[in-house]
Amino acid sequence: MLTYQFDWSVVTSGKYFEWLVSGFMVTLKLSVVGIILAFIVGLLIAVMRMSHFRPVRWFALAYLEFFRNTPLLVQIFFWYFGSYKILPQAVNDWLNSTNFEFAAAVIALTIYTSAFIAEDIRSGVLSIPKEQMEAARSAGFSYLRSMQYIILPQAVRITVPPLVNQFLNLAKNSSLAMTIGVMELTYQARQVESYTFKGFEAFTAATIVYLVLSTSITALVHLYDKRVLNPSRAV
Amino acid sequence: MDAIFNFQVITDNFTYFMIGRFPHGPLGGLGLTIYLAVVSCILSFFGGLVLGLLSLVRNPFISYPVNLFINAVRGLPLLMVIFWMYFLLPALMGRTVPESQTVIMGLTLFTSAYMSQIVRAGIEGIPPGQTEAAISTGLKHWQVMLYIVLPQGLRNMIPSFVNQFVSLIKDTSLAFIVGVSELTHVATQVNNRTMAYPTEIFIFIAVLYFFLCYAFTSLSRWLEQRLAWRKAI
Repeated sequence: MLTYQFDWSVVTSGKYFEWLVSGFMVTLKLSVVGIILAFIVGLLIAVMRMSHFRPVRWFALAYLEFFRNTPLLVQIFFWYFGSYKILPQAVNDWLNSTNFEFAAAVIALTIYTSAFIAEDIRSGVLSIPKEQMEAARSAGFSYLRSMQYIILPQAVRITVPPLVNQFLNLAKNSSLAMTIGVMELTYQARQVESYTFKGFEAFTAATIVYLVLSTSITALVHLYDKRVLNPSRAV
Repeated sequence: MDAIFNFQVITDNFTYFMIGRFPHGPLGGLGLTIYLAVVSCILSFFGGLVLGLLSLVRNPFISYPVNLFINAVRGLPLLMVIFWMYFLLPALMGRTVPESQTVIMGLTLFTSAYMSQIVRAGIEGIPPGQTEAAISTGLKHWQVMLYIVLPQGLRNMIPSFVNQFVSLIKDTSLAFIVGVSELTHVATQVNNRTMAYPTEIFIFIAVLYFFLCYAFTSLSRWLEQRLAWRKAI
């Protein structure tokens, strides 16, 4: 360690800098695509979880419990190595024609995160007084329409902070995609390390990027809490 | 379905999945997963307790850097923390460190930061009247913490600790990255050797992890209800 020569220029300019930047872009892309899909799936599962039809509710419950209690890495491996046996041939063909590593990572991250998002949405919905639902039903809305127009818009508003936190978790979890060869930030940091032996510099650069991302997102959540959810306290 | 799936690969390698080459070689598989989770959990309980208490100290020269450290660790992916350990531990200790110790240190550091938030919330959840009453009976600050606040707070933290243990079990799968032969690593080994049964293998270990984690998730829910009931009286 005493003989170690720091050389920050490795990661601040040139080829290796570009690797890290492209890694960050892939991390962002994974996270943004993942959170959008996970939100849609999570919303669906949350509504199913609150359905009055038992088989639907049980399906949603099984989905939640299974995917929340299984490591993300195993899920990634399953979609990457093992999914071809259970997917229809057409889907397999389509997946193979695209960037399959990326697709497998997105599927795994989406499903894993959707299970957490569904629970966040559910607790948001449960925090809406049940009189809202009763009023909507007596005004002639069906169950689904009451959800759509009355309950969910209010619930989503309070669910924003936990959702943003899930986005942050997703961004951090996307680092696991490196195990199947998706060239995201951690993967690139590792690459720079093995090409230059400047591991300390490479990992410091990646660490700073992750920290800037998480700090700025956490600050945004605080701002939203103050300005939107508790405006009286902002004064 | 029978035509597509062939679970023979699981039964053939069952002992290997469970305990690796133990007792003729090192412990591996599910056994090592549980070992890593338990050791890291015990260490990070104390780590979390120390960090949580320090983050509440009134002296800003102590609490500020501690909070900064906690937030930095919480802002990083676990994978990054493990890689840092992989680099820093040998440099700091001046010798090579076995992979399993690297992983235990990484998991401990990472989980301590999360545990500290549980400890903090648990301590802040105790009504200030308790502290005031204890101080007015003449106890010192550390005595108040040790004899009055912590015993009550720790009890309320138990369900969250169990949840954190579930996260730890899931997180041990990352030990795969540095080549520790826990369950996920064993699964990829068997997969590489047999080639033809990835679906069966990964479904099998997913189900194994699920039963293990679900048992503790249920325990945590049960504890939560029980504690709420005891508080209600």
